[in-house]
Amino acid sequence: MSTIDKAAGGVGNFADDTVGASKIVNGFARKIFPDHWSFMLGEITLYSFVILLFTGTFLTFFYEPSAAHTVYNGDYAPLAGQGVSEAYASSLRISFDVRGGLIMRQVHHWAALIFVAATVVHMIRVFFTGAFRKPREINWVIGLVLALLAVFEGFTGYSLPDDLLSGTGIRIAQAIILSVPVVGSYISFFLFGGEYPGEDFIPRFFTIHILLLPAVMLGLIVVHLALVVIHKHTQYPGPGRTEDNVVGFPLFPVYMAKAGGFFFIVFGVIALIAGLVQINPIWAYGPYDPSPVTAGSQPDWYMGWLDGAVRITPGWWEFTLFGFTFSMNIFIPTTALILFVMAAGALYPWIEQAATGDRREHHLLDRPRNAPTRTGLGVMALTFYVLLWISGGNDVIAHMVGLSINDITRFMRVAVFVLPALAFVVTKRICLGLQRKDREKALHGRETGRIVRLPHGEFIEVHAPLSEAERWVLVQHDANRPMDVEDRLDAGNPNSLYGKVQRRLSRFYFEDRVEPVTPAELAAAHHGHDTEIESQEHASIEEKQGDAAIATSQKYHG
Amino acid sequence: MSEIERADEAHGQGSTALAKSGSGVPERFENPGLPPHRHRMGDVDPQAAKRAERQVAFMLLLSVLGSIGIIVSIIGIEYNGGWDRISTSTRAIGLCMFVSLFMLGVGAVHWAKTLMPDDERIDYRHRQRGTTAEREQAVAILKEGSAEAGLGRRPLIRNTLIGALALFPLPAVFFFRDTGPLPGNSLSVTMWEEGTYLVKDPTGGRIRAADLTYGTVVHVMPEGIDELEEPLNEKAKSAVLLMRLDEDLLTPKSAEWGVDGTVAYSKICTHMGCPVALYEQQTHHLLCPCHQSTFDVTQDCKVIFGPANRPLPQLPIRVDAEGYLQASSGFHEAVGPSFWERG
Repeated sequence: MSTIDKAAGGVGNFADDTVGASKIVNGFARKIFPDHWSFMLGEITLYSFVILLFTGTFLTFFYEPSAAHTVYNGDYAPLAGQGVSEAYASSLRISFDVRGGLIMRQVHHWAALIFVAATVVHMIRVFFTGAFRKPREINWVIGLVLALLAVFEGFTGYSLPDDLLSGTGIRIAQAIILSVPVVGSYISFFLFGGEYPGEDFIPRFFTIHILLLPAVMLGLIVVHLALVVIHKHTQYPGPGRTEDNVVGFPLFPVYMAKAGGFFFIVFGVIALIAGLVQINPIWAYGPYDPSPVTAGSQPDWYMGWLDGAVRITPGWWEFTLFGFTFSMNIFIPTTALILFVMAAGALYPWIEQAATGDRREHHLLDRPRNAPTRTGLGVMALTFYVLLWISGGNDVIAHMVGLSINDITRFMRVAVFVLPALAFVVTKRICLGLQRKDREKALHGRETGRIVRLPHGEFIEVHAPLSEAERWVLVQHDANRPMDVEDRLDAGNPNSLYGKVQRRLSRFYFEDRVEPVTPAELAAAHHGHDTEIESQEHASIEEKQGDAAIATSQKYHG
Repeated sequence: MSEIERADEAHGQGSTALAKSGSGVPERFENPGLPPHRHRMGDVDPQAAKRAERQVAFMLLLSVLGSIGIIVSIIGIEYNGGWDRISTSTRAIGLCMFVSLFMLGVGAVHWAKTLMPDDERIDYRHRQRGTTAEREQAVAILKEGSAEAGLGRRPLIRNTLIGALALFPLPAVFFFRDTGPLPGNSLSVTMWEEGTYLVKDPTGGRIRAADLTYGTVVHVMPEGIDELEEPLNEKAKSAVLLMRLDEDLLTPKSAEWGVDGTVAYSKICTHMGCPVALYEQQTHHLLCPCHQSTFDVTQDCKVIFGPANRPLPQLPIRVDAEGYLQASSGFHEAVGPSFWERG
């Protein structure tokens, strides 16, 4: 036995004696994880969170969470001698006087932007592939809560340097709080320790930013990942992949090397961006003062959609009733919008369950085209989000393209309702079209681009048959159909209100559909080919076949 | 098995339904199973494997160099002494961190992809839901336990327990009582009152009405604001814009509250409290840069576009005996964003 083996044996022995390491190794070391690039989006989220913990801890060693007045006498000449807060002065010190401080700040800020972005893209992946279906509904909701907390965490973080831009953000946050009916003024006074801005919000936001939210998020992330282990990872459909297995590579050693390596890749790329691309130059904004503001003030990207919603809401939504002010021009596009988005997102898995009547577990992911209504709804929501986000930059856009800001705003007021609806219809049609294309391919094989002239003069393109494995991907999915009354026998009275709503929902989801090719259809298509070659009446039979396929889909279209 | 039963089973079992139609053709395709493993170069050619090994080692060596580079950048580049040095240091550290971390990561991934086994393996899943027997056992245990606790038999304990559990978190709310004072009327009042002088912001100094030419705009604070304990709180409410227009352009009320066409309006946006910082001299419009609410000074600062609802409150002003501008009263309404009690 070599020395290394002996040492490893000793460590292993100790670990097993004390924590039962052998059972852990037996249970987890060879756990299988499927491979797909889109599964790395969640990894990016996790790794940027870890990077945020590292860099954030470093920053706390130098940051002073205090609004107390001081005079800046550091290295940045333009601000020398100016009265600033301790928080701002220490943020400048980190940037200008602490070795490696600026890059730590920039890594922290970039990692935060990437963290929220990766969270959103990961959620988009989960939504469009149907990974939120049973048994993962709860994990979807946990993810949704994490996304919201990530936004709050980001906001409290970029408020801490107490510069002019972040102060403007806090001013807006305070107005959002004030707009809450009945208790708004009270929440504001308790949060800010009195009048805005006061001196309390910096230490309070600091505690929320470095302790409260990260602790809650860490706890939720642990549960989120534990559930991934318990459920085992989803996988994309393919030959050999079923609802009852998971196909991929073992945690040890392959995934340890790949996922561990990917952590360093993410960290490396963020460090590169942070080293080369300046972010949040607080010294250029100056210290916070509630009376000046810079034109073109923009929040961090993830707040942009709410800012946009506020910008396009007309002022007359505010009204006075019984002597109280209802600031619906602020409350609806902020607090109410967040609550609506969270509720719609959290309920979605159950809404879809009601439409499908499907209570089975799903571990094979959907190809987005195979769930046209869901994909349409997802693109609708994204379109809404992106339009709000664009509205948040309406001043910048007006300036860039030379349009009137009023025209852009008026256009957006209509567009946020019309374009998402349009996006839904178009996306659903594209999905149905892609499904028809899949049917064609499964039935007649793939186009080769080889044109052959038949003896009687006709030109045809030769189609190469698919392998069994290639075909499987195109035909493996379930075809959901609108629910009939009898399908609901197990779920109680089909004539109850819920039963009626459920049937309507089911029709909305599945009335337009293209079903996957069945073996019988494939056999019929092949049979057609055989005869056509013999009888050399290719054209007419091919037409019939084509008609049949379209008829099927049209029938389902109905 | 009858046709119906089989259909039911297929519905319950899902995609792998094997029910056959009358002709003997299956209704669904069958999963063809995992495709055969295709060997990589490294699996069959020892030289290719050796090459991959050297590539991995090279990447890891680059990472070592990067790590040394970080240390050299931190120690070696003088940080203090100007933006150029800071910027150079930041770039150098960033690049070296990239080489150190990225190469370590790429090395590990390359190792996994070229040299570790790449044949796919299979784990089997188990339904989350327990078997019928397990579920029945669980229900039995819970029933037995609650029978032992006797909650069903002792409603007095059950009800008081619910009450106690519901109430115990409530005091926690009251611990937060001293996080701040009650709002009172502080959202509705500012330090402006009769006789408060207008001073220029940020330079200070009273303003002579006669010095203001047409088209001028001055950022104004109430005199004495810097002596307050928390000047920022007052600045967030009391900032004022002073503009001089042709008196004929103003509304009668507006002109009356001003001095020879010089009018003072709150600078705090009635939408979300940003400073309404942009004044368009030609159109006499005030624009808030945060959400683009636009106010027309010639219409008593009425909102003509954007998400704000209320006009900017006007501060009535007058001149003292020496011609300096002062407030002839405080604001007649609350400035800044709306709140519930504002009315």
